[in-house]
Amino acid sequence: MKQEIIIAGFGGQGVLSMGKILAYAALMDNLEVTWMPSYGPEQRGGTANVTVVLSDQPISSPIVDTFDVAVILNQQSLDKFEHAVRPGGILIFDPYGIHRMPQRTDIRIIPVKAMDTTIEMGNAKSYNMILLGALIKAAPSVSVDDVLKGLKKVLPERHHHLLPANEKALLRGMELVD
Amino acid sequence: MSKEVRLMKGNEAIAHAAILYGVDGYFGYPITPQSEVLETLEAEMPWNTTGMVVLQAESEVASINMVYGGAATGKAVMTSSSSPGISLMQEGISYLAASELPALIVNVMRGGPGLGTIHPSQSDYFQATRGGGHGDYHLIVLAPASVQEMADFVALGFDLAFKYRTPSMILADGVVGQMMEKVVLPEPRPRRTEQQIAEQCPWAATGHSAGRKPNVVTSLELDSALMEKNNERFQETYRLIERNEVRYEAYHTDDAEYLIVAFGSIARICLKAIEDAREKGVKVGLIRPITLWPFPYDAIREASKHVKGILVVELNAGQMIEDVRLAVADPNMKIRHFGRMGGIVPNPSEITTALNLIMTNE
Repeated sequence: MKQEIIIAGFGGQGVLSMGKILAYAALMDNLEVTWMPSYGPEQRGGTANVTVVLSDQPISSPIVDTFDVAVILNQQSLDKFEHAVRPGGILIFDPYGIHRMPQRTDIRIIPVKAMDTTIEMGNAKSYNMILLGALIKAAPSVSVDDVLKGLKKVLPERHHHLLPANEKALLRGMELVD
Repeated sequence: MSKEVRLMKGNEAIAHAAILYGVDGYFGYPITPQSEVLETLEAEMPWNTTGMVVLQAESEVASINMVYGGAATGKAVMTSSSSPGISLMQEGISYLAASELPALIVNVMRGGPGLGTIHPSQSDYFQATRGGGHGDYHLIVLAPASVQEMADFVALGFDLAFKYRTPSMILADGVVGQMMEKVVLPEPRPRRTEQQIAEQCPWAATGHSAGRKPNVVTSLELDSALMEKNNERFQETYRLIERNEVRYEAYHTDDAEYLIVAFGSIARICLKAIEDAREKGVKVGLIRPITLWPFPYDAIREASKHVKGILVVELNAGQMIEDVRLAVADPNMKIRHFGRMGGIVPNPSEITTALNLIMTNE
């Protein structure tokens, strides 16, 4: 088993955190994992992306050209990474703010209205957890339990009261994928 | 207990490994992409547990001179920075080498020259392997390719620095500093006692009661004849290090028709390209120098004997390739360079393209 995943969007959308939770979930599952971020000097804004490789074998390169799964959160990232999804791969994207829809026909394209859902749930900070839920439903490499354990590791203890809200968002995200 | 597998960034691994090694002092100044070293040390607050000093100095120049002061007393001291900051430290590093002081310097390289970018680079290879500051000296230069090696090379760097009384450097790049992967941290060891330091470092300025000859730690020697003697002693040490401490890793070199030489994280991207090439039946091998100084000249010469061409892949305009040419010493051998600069990291397919070029071009 090997899964090469890119998560890409604006800085501040929780791109790197989402990758981090996924990476910790893989750690919980005893998988090999690399998490490689790429971002500018900005704390917020600018583009940010992270490559997460999960495998049951040692991982050579943390940097890859093509991906099994792409999670896309803005137009620039869609333009940049749509072509980098391997034939037969999965592209998850939030249509919010997207004016040019993905064109590929040789991959599975899954729109996930994460922004609308956060508004509906009244919790803007759950945005990336909704998408992570969609990701693990569409491409099940790690279990919900491992994600929740991973989240507990990533989240500082003073924020652990937020775990139930995050779990709710994760499960809601899973429901958004058939 | 510490056999626990953890997930962390290379920079964080350096900080944890320093505490566990029993480092006495860290002095540094923040700079991307290595700021997590100082941040992690400050979050861990080792001054409450091991008594390790962690100090954010006012500049890189101050940091390296604090390292000099600590090292002169026989303490295990270190600093870390990224390319522009390491340039600022060069005077101090030259003084450390000339005063035969052990210390660990970590450079998590970013794209240069100048302030450049905050993204990964390997363009400080010349600076690191040729000394960097003024005068005839070398640092022992270790090039980690994984978060595990970031952790392991803290101990190795200090052990070698104390063994040979010379500063050593971990020459990492922004990839291995910023990426997270699994790591098993080393077993903790207590910091040395004052008495242990006095015994291990009889040259150190440890303070003494009447009777012992004072130890003077200085790089200044105005008598040229004596300064030449000092230089001869340094060179003897360097020859010893060259004989004893060359480290490298070889992958698939036994049957290789083409050889890639690459160090640090880029070697792993090359490995991916090699896996792809081998799936297509093209036999490519890799030598990854782990010590950039002393450089594995013999290993590369040996591996080059059976290959049709060598590709050197670096995040720079072509620096280590000079050492590869020196190693091979064959004007008929096809040695090509592929590099990206300024903070751009190539993906495996770019390396495949460069490999194809060397296979088809004369």
